[in-house]
Amino acid sequence: MYRYSEFDTAFVRERAAQFRAQVARRLDGSLTEDEFKPLRLMNGLYLQLHAYMLRVAIPYGTLSGAQMRQLAMIARRWDKGYGHFTTRQNVQFNWPRLEDVPDMLGALADVGMHAIQTSGNTIRNVTADHFAGAAADEIADPRPYAELLRQWSTDHPEFQFLPRKFKIAVTGAEADRAVIRAHDIGLQLVERDGARGFRVLIGGGLGRTPMIGKVVRAFLPEADLLPYVEAIVSVYNLLGRRDNKYKARIKITVHETGIDEMRRRIEARFAEIRPEFTGIDREILAGIAAQFAPPDWVARDPAPFHAARAADPVFRAWADTNVAPHRRDDHAIVSVSLKTPGATPGDATAAQMEILADLAAAHAYDELRISHEQNVVLPHVPRAALPKLHAALKAAGLGAANIGLVSDIIACPGMDYCALATARSIPVAQEIATRFEALRLEHEIGPLKIKISGCINACGHHHVGHIGILGLDRAGVENYQITLGGSGAEDAVIGTRSGPGFAYDEIVPAIERLLLAYLALREGPDETFLMAWRRVGLAPFKAALYGPHDTAERADAA
Amino acid sequence: MSVIVTDRGFGPDHWRGGFKRPEEPGAGPGIAVALDLGPDTDPETLRDRLDDVVLIRVRFPGFADGRGFTIARALRRMGFAGRLRAAGHVIADQYAMARRSGFDEVEIDADLAARQPEPQWRARADWRAGDYRARLRG
Repeated sequence: MYRYSEFDTAFVRERAAQFRAQVARRLDGSLTEDEFKPLRLMNGLYLQLHAYMLRVAIPYGTLSGAQMRQLAMIARRWDKGYGHFTTRQNVQFNWPRLEDVPDMLGALADVGMHAIQTSGNTIRNVTADHFAGAAADEIADPRPYAELLRQWSTDHPEFQFLPRKFKIAVTGAEADRAVIRAHDIGLQLVERDGARGFRVLIGGGLGRTPMIGKVVRAFLPEADLLPYVEAIVSVYNLLGRRDNKYKARIKITVHETGIDEMRRRIEARFAEIRPEFTGIDREILAGIAAQFAPPDWVARDPAPFHAARAADPVFRAWADTNVAPHRRDDHAIVSVSLKTPGATPGDATAAQMEILADLAAAHAYDELRISHEQNVVLPHVPRAALPKLHAALKAAGLGAANIGLVSDIIACPGMDYCALATARSIPVAQEIATRFEALRLEHEIGPLKIKISGCINACGHHHVGHIGILGLDRAGVENYQITLGGSGAEDAVIGTRSGPGFAYDEIVPAIERLLLAYLALREGPDETFLMAWRRVGLAPFKAALYGPHDTAERADAA
Repeated sequence: MSVIVTDRGFGPDHWRGGFKRPEEPGAGPGIAVALDLGPDTDPETLRDRLDDVVLIRVRFPGFADGRGFTIARALRRMGFAGRLRAAGHVIADQYAMARRSGFDEVEIDADLAARQPEPQWRARADWRAGDYRARLRG
């Protein structure tokens, strides 16, 4: 894992000191409220519905046990004893006091963490495949490149006041677990003629105008990464619209300019910028990559895993659902669900964080990940240790066997926290999860991604949910629209709206009808919801949602 | 009265030559001119016209509009070696960004200079320290 250099440490300390001074200069009037706002945002500090919120970056989703313990300490000391993991591999503290924030930033710096550029019109936290370095299917670990991009983008002098926020995701595998097609820049490691490079996509994004990213360069030699990304953001900084914040993301620039003209401009800018990079970045990358060397694998006979799987149906259900193949046969990747039915998706208490840190130390080489699906991943676990690990998780209330199933729902904070929200998200997620737990249909239904956003800004990624739920405000009443057939994976597609929305107390029964219809029409358990949708299309699901007869009538009324 | 901020702190504006818009004709071969650029300038249009230019002022209509930083870098990349000035609503917190992007100085009005006095700008005169991008570029 990456450890801060002296440069990194000095930087985050200096940055925390600068923010402390900015808070003081706001209070003495040197900075107006308008001027202070982007400065606090680029240090991760939002003003939410009830209080400030501090969003802390977990670069490429990777954490050590010590870092997780420090998050627990911060949650206890300066918040209400919990944190919320987000879809962009950040953790949010919802109740800090402004005057405590510089001390919180100092506590983060103590363990090589920060909240820099987790908000504002800046290049945000660079995210990566949460299975990076462990997955059986990747070309190479994408995290050294993500760390290189983190360093390059941090306090980049040209790019602190972009037209709008800018998000980069990177993956090393064809299977897209990082939603790269819904990012401003998506990077996929590929190989061509034995050389390593990137497929580069631009212009993806969700929000009120969802777009799937387009390929701007099919193969970029990896040595050209920084100058090429700099060229993209440089072109965007001058060309992106500043007259309307809803049309300011690069997806709109690409849409209005055309991908071919964007490519022409980017390639021309790249040709100018390329000579500025003398090759030092390659040496720094090599130093970073060395720190991501795999742990010293402990070879252990996986017999205890097979014995437990044969003997214990609860363990078997968990192992079949939450455990993924590792690059080594005698190891596994464990996803710890933060979606126990009834819980707030993505929330973890300080005690749970500490337990996870302890379990990472005991069984998983002291490494943890945060997934964009708001769960915690232990990326390297010897299979022999799985029964003990499962028992400990179960005892801590973290044993839910639901990864990738109905109740593993992405939900934004919604109206319970967010100033932008138009509807509640968390209670809808909780009620869907508890309903299907009561029906005992979750494992029968199989792989399914439900994603819920509490407003049109789409933080809950509803457009790319197999089932997406969008909460809106209709004349003061919550109304939930359903989209079907979306995907955020390598087959990314924006979902299709089913028709008129549903009231708060109608939405969970509507989802139930939808899934019962799926079970009735599927060709067998191997045909997932998404596969069935692609085979049969909207009509049978629409009938299940609205009834065969009054569909037209309700559509007219909408 | 405008204030010119450099690494040494506040000073007066010594330039007396006036400014031209880029679309205006030059003063004649060999005669020094200064250009005034809006934030929507495409720096590419200036590529072959910088020979007699000794000073370029780039306007910042608001501190949240960061186009000027990219314009400055583009001008430096195309070889402009004269004086480069950021002018308008640029705050002390952006001084290091301006210097790292290639500006030599920042021009602010008296009100801003009173609200953000010299020590707040001098605090970032160490702009060469802690610069990730410069470190990666070599």
